[in-house]
Amino acid sequence: MRIEGKGRIGTAPVDYVFDGVRRRGRVGDTLASALMADGEMLLGRSFKYHRPRGVVTADSAEPNALVTVGTGARAEPNTRATVQELYPGLEARSQNRWPSLGFDLMGVTDLAAPLLGAGFYYKTFMWPKSFWEKLYEPMIRRAAGLGALFGAHNPDRYEKAYAFCDVLVIGGGPAGLMAALAAGQSGADVILCDEGPRLGGRLLAEDETIDGRDAAVWAQETAEQLRAMDNVRVMTRTTVTGAFDQGTFAALERVAQHLADPGGRPLECFWRIAAKRSVLCAGALERHIAFRDNDRPGVMMAGAMRAYLNHWGVAAGQSVAVFGNNDDAHRTARDMAAAGVHVAALIDARHDAQNLAGNVPFYPGFQVTRAHGRKRLEAITLRAPDGGRESIAVQALGVSGGWNPAVHLTCHMNARPVWRDDIATFVPRDGAVPGMRVAGAARGAFTTMTCLTDGAEAGRAAAQDIGFKGQSPDLPDAEDAPYRLRRLWAVEGKGRAWLDFQNDVTVKDVRQAAAENYASVEHMKRYTTQGMATDQGKNSNVQALAILADATGRDIPETGTTTFRPPYTPVAIAAMGAGAQGHGFAPQRFTTSHSASVKMGAPMVEAGLWYRSSFFPREGERTWRQSCDREVRMVRDAVGICDVSTLGKIDLQGPDVGAFLDFVYANRFSTLRPGRVRYGLMLREDGHVMDDGTTARLSENQWVMTTTTAAAGEVMRHLDWVRQAFCAQMNVRFTSVTEAWAQFAIAGPKARDLLNGMLDAPIDNASFPYMACGEVSVLGAAARLFRISFSGEHAYEIAVPARYGASLFEKLVERAEAMGGGAYGMEALNVLRIEKGHITHAEIHGRTTAFDIGFGRMVSAQKDCIGKAMAARPGLMDPERAQLVGLRPIGAVKQLVAGAHLFAPEAKPVSAADEGYITSACFSPTLGETRALAFLANGRARHGETIKMVDHLRGLTAVCEVTDPVAFDPDGGRLRG
Amino acid sequence: MDRLTAVSPGADLLPVRQGALTLEEVLPGEITSIAPFRGQRKAVTQALLAALGVGFPEANCLTRKGELRCVWMGRDLAFLMGARLTADLGGLAAVTDQSDGWIVLKLSGAGAEDVLARLVPADLRAAAFPEGAAIRTQLGHMNVSVARTGGGLQIMGFRSMARTLVQEIADAMASVAARAGAG
Amino acid sequence: MRLPCPICGTRDRREFYYQGAASMLERPVSGELDAWHAYVHVRDNPAGRTRDLWHHEAGCGAWVIVERDTVTHEVFGAVLVEDADAD
Repeated sequence: MRIEGKGRIGTAPVDYVFDGVRRRGRVGDTLASALMADGEMLLGRSFKYHRPRGVVTADSAEPNALVTVGTGARAEPNTRATVQELYPGLEARSQNRWPSLGFDLMGVTDLAAPLLGAGFYYKTFMWPKSFWEKLYEPMIRRAAGLGALFGAHNPDRYEKAYAFCDVLVIGGGPAGLMAALAAGQSGADVILCDEGPRLGGRLLAEDETIDGRDAAVWAQETAEQLRAMDNVRVMTRTTVTGAFDQGTFAALERVAQHLADPGGRPLECFWRIAAKRSVLCAGALERHIAFRDNDRPGVMMAGAMRAYLNHWGVAAGQSVAVFGNNDDAHRTARDMAAAGVHVAALIDARHDAQNLAGNVPFYPGFQVTRAHGRKRLEAITLRAPDGGRESIAVQALGVSGGWNPAVHLTCHMNARPVWRDDIATFVPRDGAVPGMRVAGAARGAFTTMTCLTDGAEAGRAAAQDIGFKGQSPDLPDAEDAPYRLRRLWAVEGKGRAWLDFQNDVTVKDVRQAAAENYASVEHMKRYTTQGMATDQGKNSNVQALAILADATGRDIPETGTTTFRPPYTPVAIAAMGAGAQGHGFAPQRFTTSHSASVKMGAPMVEAGLWYRSSFFPREGERTWRQSCDREVRMVRDAVGICDVSTLGKIDLQGPDVGAFLDFVYANRFSTLRPGRVRYGLMLREDGHVMDDGTTARLSENQWVMTTTTAAAGEVMRHLDWVRQAFCAQMNVRFTSVTEAWAQFAIAGPKARDLLNGMLDAPIDNASFPYMACGEVSVLGAAARLFRISFSGEHAYEIAVPARYGASLFEKLVERAEAMGGGAYGMEALNVLRIEKGHITHAEIHGRTTAFDIGFGRMVSAQKDCIGKAMAARPGLMDPERAQLVGLRPIGAVKQLVAGAHLFAPEAKPVSAADEGYITSACFSPTLGETRALAFLANGRARHGETIKMVDHLRGLTAVCEVTDPVAFDPDGGRLRG
Repeated sequence: MDRLTAVSPGADLLPVRQGALTLEEVLPGEITSIAPFRGQRKAVTQALLAALGVGFPEANCLTRKGELRCVWMGRDLAFLMGARLTADLGGLAAVTDQSDGWIVLKLSGAGAEDVLARLVPADLRAAAFPEGAAIRTQLGHMNVSVARTGGGLQIMGFRSMARTLVQEIADAMASVAARAGAG
Repeated sequence: MRLPCPICGTRDRREFYYQGAASMLERPVSGELDAWHAYVHVRDNPAGRTRDLWHHEAGCGAWVIVERDTVTHEVFGAVLVEDADAD
């Protein structure tokens, strides 16, 4: 019911739809306030029992009014109607009901409640065991969960961002406004975050004055003052959701959740804020008093009831009552009555309470024992101090069991709050979060005046801490009435009295947990689910543990609290992972030949972040194998071109490079002459192979190392480590030049002919033998040439500055094609190297040693190197270790598969009989049969033996002959030609 | 005559404009990495000053003279950009041509810091990151150099990642521009 | 989490690569296998102060020893494994 003349929002109409019904609210409404103005109190069904539920709060702590906003793929489930601002065309649906909110078939679970008490799923679904998979789990999955996802890709934009400040002020109520003002006037860079669209916090919900003005007007003026300061950044609609190490905070900004058309704006932004100091002014959350059926729609927090009145101009009913145990509850009765709403009763559980609400029926010493009605409140029953009963018809009831400081953020770094008996609640522990001060209601200072004073002091002190001259703003005059209460957690009586609305936990559930010896607060939480999920103890924590304390005969501080975990309010994964959808997940690295390769139809394969060509299909080729086989033959018979730019390239200079390389490589490099290249093997300190590659000595003082594509980053980091940790005396500098050079392999018997057609000065075998390197000029560009070969053919790698890469690739391929060759991709490259027994990271996969791959003698005995000592461990030199071998199929089954295991021909293929495994396999068009590389126990001594391959996954068994890993051109004659 | 043709790393990708924001490719000519050998920093600075008028930069800074910049790029490492290295640093420093390894971008216009605040986890507020500051950090998952020079923000990333780099900055620009429209 | 790089100042932890205990710096000089085993494999697991190695990989490239508390997460400070030596 809208009360004309009340409220602080506009009057312009806003049309929206709830559960298919077109409705009209006002600009500034939340979905909750608009529905309440329409008299709609039923907004959802509870999680477990599907009980009808209505709005309880006027803020983000709302446990009940969870709705789905938007339609189709844009639908956002579990949106709290209490914070969803209305916009034209908003469409919202209630959740957890079928077929409709008013008539929910799952409501029968409420009748079965006696079977579903605390811990029911630990007891009920235990037997028979066979029922679990087929019956229980599918059933629970259907029933569980709130809201539903649409299943389509989320089309909304999200964003994440970083911010830095001197002082972060969390919460823009009276304490936060003053804290920001004080810190800002002291000269600090301030960020002020508030959940709501307007600053003011509780001041917007109250009817009170500051300095003689409406407190909400004062808040607005102060907000304008802050916005006008260059060093203050005001972030509204922004919830600080977590406090983390070293002054890092997470915050969720709802950028466009309140807009009909985001217009290119992100829906939400997930902020990481690094602050030197912080001031928590998160205010307090009102708590309920449990009594029978206190969850009926229309029963809400007293503070929320008057917030709807004072801010949104909405009365929760035509006739209302208020039930509390403290003075603050009286304000609700006072404000409602003053607005002309019929206040049927102000019930204060304290016998000695004075009526502070004016002319309303006052019931001191009474308690509400029961709420009546189902889909909305119709009446309440009171119990008089003498035990007599009285029933009063009301449409809404405001309840206040007192206020709990919002201590949550102070607990995110593992601190527990401290009990304060005088206000019967927990307050933050000093120093709970390093660098954080807590001010105002968040630390139990509940009057407006104390909030203002406290905030100003905290803001000043925070700025002063970090070297600013602290300034205290002038303090305005504000309300300072004392906050008095007498604790009351639950009204005794029959029936179910609700504590946690979101998780459907009753007083009885908590007592049952205690009775079944789940007496620790953490056990009780898990047994009953109290305070779990997005609630994180906001609504019922203190009541629940007070009841647990009572049931276990302990006091509250001794009972303790559960852990408040981040996020304070839910954060969409889409916001946290903003930008990481699709290709945003990782950077893409492209070689200079990428565009040309794509034009040639080459499918791309990811190699780390790089994209490399798999193969280059030609007309008439229908499968990758046809292209691959042709490319292999091309290299063996003519000449092939392959982009190898993705290999890591590290430029090393200085007088001690040789000594440094001797230390990082297993084999010796200091003896390498300028103009020559050497293959090197790098070990980890534990003796296993880390990486391999070639290093060229371009001149006396300049070397260039290549790494594998996969390990480029790791090797660079390793070199930094070895150099800084162990080689401080060496004069060496190195830097990555991977990106600076485009490098292409030119492989095949016609490689030199092709090159000589492009080099400004031709080469021959004498001037440029196998493993030579040098500077050349290719079509006018300075280049580096290396005579190295991964394919086993007469081959070169030519490197040009990357700007020429695209051009050189095009010309190389054109010339190669004219010579009967062409471009080849990763598939052919892999076949060529398997034929030659050359290893990749399929073989040096982190568990193999130089000994295993047959390079044991490369580990130089003459010098120390990383990994040398550990590589000499007897276990790593055991002949029975799996050693690199080749395999060829000799039975009926010709297919060999990487990952398949090896067994003696007659052995059962079980793990106890396992003798090794295949690492790489391919069809070799050169040899006309399948070839594989494998690790086999004592394999080097077993060439010629027969072994059985079993691929358990595909159900394949193949009989193989064990061979030397080098299947093609074992003497290497083709390399040197 | 058959000659190789050159392509810049940002060809086809730039410029990008969004509201008041502009992202463009800078072609610095040569980029030379200079890594002074042990104990040679002073000598390198003297040689650079004599030949080019700029010294080797302090950590997290750049030195500049006109279009010529010497940008700190890491521990004992700086890039000379915008001019050929005419000083003879033989024996004083490792000198490596990096002209082709990097894409150099300039982001300018009101809100440029806000764009990078969406991508870079470092403090780029004017007080913490004044004119002449040059840091190594990340942009998204990419290792980059960010500098404030000549009234704009200079971003250097690996050549192979140019497309992702431009894409991510362009996305953030669109977001910042859309928010600016929100008033 | 934010870590103080002696060269770059305090930076977000995502710029750093985590290696492990600073005992990795004490590489054995002898070939004695027990010493090597301890060096490569054996680590303290303190609840409290610890010295760890981090690489400022996305920053200056320095290896850094960070002293911090594994319980409170307090970071006490950081020093370079090796001072930049060009000076």
